[in-house]
Amino acid sequence: MKQLLRKVFLADLIEGLRVTFRHQHPKQIVTEQYPQERPKIGERYRGAPRLNINPDNGETLCIACDLCALACPENLIVVGWERNPETKKKELVTFTYDISRCMFCGLCEDACPVDALELTQDFEMASYTREGAILDRQTLENGLLPTRYRF
Amino acid sequence: MADTFLDSTELVLNMGPQHPSTHGVLRVILKLDGERVLGTECVIGYLHRGVEKIAENRTWQMFAPYVDRMDYVAAVSNGLGYCLAVEKLLGVEAPPRAQAVRVILTELNRIASHLLWLGTHALDIGAITPLFYCMREREYVLNIYEKYCGARLTTHAFRIGGLQYETYEGFEKECLEFCDLFEKKIDEYEELLTGNRIWQQRLTGVGILTAEDCKEYGVTGPMLRAAGVKWDIRKAQPYSGYEKYDFEIPVRENGDTYDRYIVRMQEMRQSVRIVRQAVADIPAGPILAKVGKVIKPPVGEAYVSIEAPKGELGYYVVSDGSTQPYRVRIRPPSFVNLQALDKMCRGALVADVVAIIGTTDIVLGEVDR
Repeated sequence: MKQLLRKVFLADLIEGLRVTFRHQHPKQIVTEQYPQERPKIGERYRGAPRLNINPDNGETLCIACDLCALACPENLIVVGWERNPETKKKELVTFTYDISRCMFCGLCEDACPVDALELTQDFEMASYTREGAILDRQTLENGLLPTRYRF
Repeated sequence: MADTFLDSTELVLNMGPQHPSTHGVLRVILKLDGERVLGTECVIGYLHRGVEKIAENRTWQMFAPYVDRMDYVAAVSNGLGYCLAVEKLLGVEAPPRAQAVRVILTELNRIASHLLWLGTHALDIGAITPLFYCMREREYVLNIYEKYCGARLTTHAFRIGGLQYETYEGFEKECLEFCDLFEKKIDEYEELLTGNRIWQQRLTGVGILTAEDCKEYGVTGPMLRAAGVKWDIRKAQPYSGYEKYDFEIPVRENGDTYDRYIVRMQEMRQSVRIVRQAVADIPAGPILAKVGKVIKPPVGEAYVSIEAPKGELGYYVVSDGSTQPYRVRIRPPSFVNLQALDKMCRGALVADVVAIIGTTDIVLGEVDR
């Protein structure tokens, strides 16, 4: 009898609608208004790469050991270096990082022995050209510039 | 059909690969008699990347991010299976702390995967509301992942031998908060769907797959359990310390779409239970076993299967003693479960095909690899 009454009065559907209406309260809104409202990015987020420099003297921390290039599954890191004739040490000359092929797995970051290469919280990496996705040493050290939109 | 009033001819209809209800790039060729399905044929391979071949050209560690990209809604489970397989080959075991964290993350992943399934499946059937709620709750899990390992979807959370990242401050608290919140939310989904007469009528008796059929086709996971077979690898061959946790295997009898829905809903509740137990008791200690920077497993082979959200996920790895795998064969649950599509669709209506594809819970990244 109860079942029949429930059926006649559409109890099951009304119960469902009650849930829907409960969620229409303005407090329940979770949509993020993205360009105006910046998302909270986790501290460990693996985004755009950065080549850290020593803040005291402005020199690169990279010791050109090539471990990141060896660890990369996609072989997208190229480290260019030359040996300083006076100190007999390797010095970093060029560093390219192709984010168009990168899958942000973080293996290069893990491999770096001096914490020079780091994946940052920057996630806006769009560019208008394919070449724009290949980052050189200067871009990696200064960070990606904000995209300038062509309207 | 001989007894129809009007003559109808057989019609071949192409569904997909861009059909929104095929959950990716699956193309199904339907042979129809009016509204009735006489047979189906799946065309797959639109997303084929040759993952198994890629493995042969990478070192053991380098291949780990690629497995995340097979079943991209359950990337953590994929990573766990691969890491366990290589660990078996190496003869090492992850430290207890790593095992507990692995269990928490894979169970959260099971919830996330089932939530995506529930949302899209309900959307296919015509209930649009649950999708938004499911996505909202899934966001909590993804935020935990983002804070833990720095990525939301293709996480690369585990490493061979344990974990790379230590849990962040407040990890346990956030997991428990999610558990508290989520149990109420499951009740809400059930309120929306389980008792709903439209939902019941659309699902009951659709796409029946008996236990015998399941065994013949090799169907695993919730589809097998909905047919009444109590088989869960977490119980049958416990891995990563699952034997320590107390949980039940939800089983139903009929093996139709509605039962699969019930089984998955209950599985989410059980996952919450496991997460609670695991979070309450994370042992202290190291997170990475001693495996060394260069992984060179001894010559040999190993097979490890785990209970992924979609079924049995197996990794068969062969080593020739070098730093690169000789062969990595992956047994993906989606691919095997998809085989049963034809069996389930025969005699059904066209509208039911959408429900049946939804209930199979396939991810095309895993089907095609």
